[in-house]
Amino acid sequence: MQTLLIFISAVLVNNFVLNRFLGICPFLGVSKKVETALGMGIAVTFVMALASAATYIVERYILQPLDLGYLYNIAYILIIAALVQLVEMFIKKSSPSLYQALGIYLPLITTNCAVLGVTVLNRDNHYDFITSIIHGVGAAIGFTLAIVLFASIRERIAKNHIPKAFEGFPIALITAGLMSVAFLGFTGLIKL
Amino acid sequence: MNPIKILRNGLLEENPIFVQAIGMCPTLAVTTSAINGLGMGIASTMVLTFSNLVISLLRNFIPATVRIPAFVVVISTFVTIVQFLLQAYLPSLNAALGIFIPLIVVNCIILARAEAFASKNNVVASALDGIGMGLGFTSALFIIGCVRELIGAGSLFDIAILPEFFPRTIIMILPPGAFITLGALMAGLNALKAKQPSKSREGGSCKHC
Repeated sequence: MQTLLIFISAVLVNNFVLNRFLGICPFLGVSKKVETALGMGIAVTFVMALASAATYIVERYILQPLDLGYLYNIAYILIIAALVQLVEMFIKKSSPSLYQALGIYLPLITTNCAVLGVTVLNRDNHYDFITSIIHGVGAAIGFTLAIVLFASIRERIAKNHIPKAFEGFPIALITAGLMSVAFLGFTGLIKL
Repeated sequence: MNPIKILRNGLLEENPIFVQAIGMCPTLAVTTSAINGLGMGIASTMVLTFSNLVISLLRNFIPATVRIPAFVVVISTFVTIVQFLLQAYLPSLNAALGIFIPLIVVNCIILARAEAFASKNNVVASALDGIGMGLGFTSALFIIGCVRELIGAGSLFDIAILPEFFPRTIIMILPPGAFITLGALMAGLNALKAKQPSKSREGGSCKHC
């Protein structure tokens, strides 16, 4: 039951993008088309699930026994960088069109703070192995949900007239703000 | 390059937030009050300056193929140091900034400056660039923090500014307020820029983060 609550909380209540502000760069950068947004969401989901599992194992079986907990930041970021490299090779082989569409943002998942964020949150909350993975997947689904919804709205905005000063980033940020208002409605849905 | 120009570049011409639009996550997340914005800005400036300095010193020893992991290790070392310092001397600020302190590692401004500036320039220029960019970042966070705290809580640095009868708009210190404040500030800057067409500049793309 607790794990289910953690999952729902990560997807909706504490949505990573709209509530915790993690992963804003890809959220603003790769959200011009729904398809690329979805591709990005899937890639991030994959990396976040793997990263949650890998960092848990490293934390529990390497860093803690050796009393090297203070090195977690360096260790985590290196694990994530290696995982992203792996996912990149995989997508390049399996789906060259998606690889093209994601472009520069694929290697940059390394510096996507949502990925490092979820691993640090797992550590801070002392989640066990299964809970860590569920939290990672939930957070990634929340990210995907937000970015796909946002991309759908932006596709419509692109066809409309907006005041010159608001073109580009400003209108995108205000749209995100309104989406965030909507997600605030989930507050109080569950209590952890 | 002359030092004043490097500092000015980070503060105004290539301001990381308002012009380049990178490093958005901490910008939106911690600017619920002026003091939090300022604290985050100073912590990031310290990391940025020291990592630029060290990377510039090491620039001839790091092989090009492994430069990104090497930069990340240098940056995360300084982040760990800053985190320990905050834990020891400013525990309340550390608690307020929370997870965003370890996440300075993935702040794209720092990696972008390491890649674009420190790996190509001498030590003094790199350190100055770190200070300039850091001040640009800090000032942006400070401005956003002030706006949000003033409208949302009616105070600045926890000192009440607005009179009691003035309505507090709580949404400004909740997550949506961050997006809306930054969007409105950027639109305002765009409108100002449109009035002086000689200095037209391409608005930030998120390519570097």
